Amino acid sequence: MNSQRIGGCLLRRGKGGISTSFLRSRRNGIWLGRCHSTMGPSQKPGSAGVRFPGAVDSKFTSSLSFEYPSTYTAIPTYRTMSPDGDILDPSVVLPSDEAALEMYLNMVRVSIMDVIMVEAQRQGRLSFYMPSQGEEGTCVGSAAALEKDDVIFSQYREAGVFMQRGYTLEDFMSQLFANRKDKGRGRNMPVHYGSKELNIHSISSPLATQIPHAAGAAYALKMQRLSNPSLPPRVVACYFGEGAASEGDFHGALNIAATRSCPVIFICRNNGYAISTPTLEQYRGDGIASRGTGYGIDTIRVDGNDIWAVLEVTKKARELALKDGGRPVLIEAMSYRISHHSTSDDSFAYRARVEVEDWKRRDNPITRLRKYLEKRNVWDEAKEIEARTNIKKEVLKTLSEAEKEKKPPIKSMFEDVYKEMTPDLKAQMQELRRVMEEYPDEYDVGEFEGGVASLK
Amino acid sequence: MRITSRLSTSLVNSIKPLKPLGNIRNSKLPRAYSTYPPQAKLNKAIDYGSTTMLCHSTSSALQNPELPPEIRNGTTKRMNLFQSINDALSLALSSDETTMVFGEDVGFGGVFRCSTGLAEQYGSERVFNTPLCEQGIIGFAIGAAAEGMKAVAEIQFADYVYPAFDQLVNEAAKWRYRDGDYGRGLGGLTVRMPCGAVGHGALYHSQSPESLFTHIPGLRVIMPRSPIQAKGLLLSAIQSPDPCIFMEPKALYRAAVEQVPIDAYTLPLSVAEIVKPGKDLTLISYGHPMYTCSAALEAAERELGISVELIDLRTVYPWDKETVLKSVRKTGRCVVVHESMVNAGIGAEVAASIQEDKETFLRMEAPVARVAGWGIHMPLMFEKFNVPDVTRVYDAIKKSIQY
Repeated sequence: MNSQRIGGCLLRRGKGGISTSFLRSRRNGIWLGRCHSTMGPSQKPGSAGVRFPGAVDSKFTSSLSFEYPSTYTAIPTYRTMSPDGDILDPSVVLPSDEAALEMYLNMVRVSIMDVIMVEAQRQGRLSFYMPSQGEEGTCVGSAAALEKDDVIFSQYREAGVFMQRGYTLEDFMSQLFANRKDKGRGRNMPVHYGSKELNIHSISSPLATQIPHAAGAAYALKMQRLSNPSLPPRVVACYFGEGAASEGDFHGALNIAATRSCPVIFICRNNGYAISTPTLEQYRGDGIASRGTGYGIDTIRVDGNDIWAVLEVTKKARELALKDGGRPVLIEAMSYRISHHSTSDDSFAYRARVEVEDWKRRDNPITRLRKYLEKRNVWDEAKEIEARTNIKKEVLKTLSEAEKEKKPPIKSMFEDVYKEMTPDLKAQMQELRRVMEEYPDEYDVGEFEGGVASLK
Repeated sequence: MRITSRLSTSLVNSIKPLKPLGNIRNSKLPRAYSTYPPQAKLNKAIDYGSTTMLCHSTSSALQNPELPPEIRNGTTKRMNLFQSINDALSLALSSDETTMVFGEDVGFGGVFRCSTGLAEQYGSERVFNTPLCEQGIIGFAIGAAAEGMKAVAEIQFADYVYPAFDQLVNEAAKWRYRDGDYGRGLGGLTVRMPCGAVGHGALYHSQSPESLFTHIPGLRVIMPRSPIQAKGLLLSAIQSPDPCIFMEPKALYRAAVEQVPIDAYTLPLSVAEIVKPGKDLTLISYGHPMYTCSAALEAAERELGISVELIDLRTVYPWDKETVLKSVRKTGRCVVVHESMVNAGIGAEVAASIQEDKETFLRMEAPVARVAGWGIHMPLMFEKFNVPDVTRVYDAIKKSIQY
């Protein structure tokens, strides 16, 4: 009985995968706005349910029964390709072999960059790094489904999104080494990428803060199109981990996105761990997806290791997000964090090496796509070796060039706090210059473009 | 968590003594809120109808040299502070369709009536209620501003801004800095919040957290003292290329009434106003205590035969250090007054800047005095002993002069 209850928002129980569940929600029309539009003045005598303003479609029952989460079946995980690369959902629209290959190479690029940068950090050439091994499929697959003008907010483990969208190796390396070519002007920790051209807002460390930003940005896009219908329809995509979903900002964001009908796709990367904390200590519900419907948000869970499933789901989510003036959609992409949390973390302190090895071998987004490509005869071992060799060379070359670049001028530390530098900041900049000039041996400014002279 | 709208409106109504009901006219019921001793010479009620802090006539309102010529040749209308805020919001909404006004209960006009009529006039897409979640409201506003909207968000009471503190400090304030060369800033973001003591707001309807925000690089923190200021400074905040915290002294919403220019105008941010020139002592404040300072100053000039220069900071960060230092170099004495706690308040920064500036330090003839809230929370029955009153400001002036 529980799993079939409707009462507004528990429609996620559909068993037929994405298309069925979308159809069901359509048929039942459960958008919050409509619920409220049916609200009447008061209940009629003898009616089966009272119209409490807070839950207008709730029927009375004389049988006392709690809703037990344990009686609900877990939301199914949509998959379109087997671990051997065979297509399971014949209705899925697959990209051209050329596009598929590009996506494959982008995943490989990210994974090779990860290995090299982790090593560079271990050698002390880089202060910090965060790899994304195991989640390349979620990032590359979803990014491929978005339009170039769509706005992206990310957490920090989305190198695949940047790669698929056109962030170059030079862009990555300049940011990682905080050199003079870093658009962030050397202010942010490594991996805090951003790009105006690619419509991706700069990453910040505080977790989940970007989730309400995405709702507000989506509302902005919606309003801009309302006043100028010739603008292309756009959505916002927002990435976060399952740990970040415990933050209050997640709640605030999904709720306001639903009440303001914002065209935003929330993409949760559920990789099983938030640093050392396993999901059992993160939540007790059915993952993150089960929360979506509680906010009145259309929701789906997808196999994050299956790039075609992620692509298909994100495409459908984008269409859905733009329907009827806009609405939020939640995607929970399941995967496993194969790498350590970051270069400051040794994950074998809290999980078994064998568990990690198992995931690496048994289910991996890159090998799954490689098998698919090999079955379509567009890829083979020789091409793989050649591609990997070339990518590795390219990454190492860009790395060493970025490493040799000068750092941004010291002056950039005082700029952009406000649009215009305040008189106080100008005075502080002069004070720093004075101290540096009075004690020249105490400061190593040689690697900064322009040296002390930039402070004016 | 929230008091109802009717109750919060009564908070600001009660700043004026209530008319006694007919049937209890002769009863001697004690008042349930702060009042004034009958024998008091200093601690008398502020007479908002005659104070020189407000422009009671059209001509006085229009002679302000900060106003552009077309405004000075225009007309005015009597408005209280909430009406001037409403007027500013309406002008911002009508002049730029990317402007949006939102927050808790904003749709029906707001618990302090600041958004009255705006949803009807500009549509519920641009003026709307949000769910009751401060971090959500500010996060949402940041995202909208990041995509080019002018997002004017309201926090119902400054006391409830703390759930959004992370969003303001770590996100709004740092947005432009971390975006570097891309130059994406949050100029469109303005966060309005009623602040300050109101007679019986106690712990959670009285706070003035401005100094928490003045410790954050990247934010502009503004507090007006009057309807004219509120309108001009709010329109400046909305146009500013930087995110602004706009704090509205709620005790003034209905109490402060003056002639306000009808058309849109701006007043400069980060520029202090010399409200009254003087030569013996510099009195510095902002927001509601400006009225207390004005009354104390009049008494001091009368009783002590001195001349006091009164400065309204208006923007408390980044603040107008130059105007303040220039004045203090001239007078050699300084008293700073604010309602929020003395420790690490605005007064601390002003005093430190005075002693740090060599030229000013050498000209000082008395220590800088601070008259501010004590190091306590705002207690219901003791509010009148916590908020700086005319007597305490007068006493600080006297002590400074006699030093």
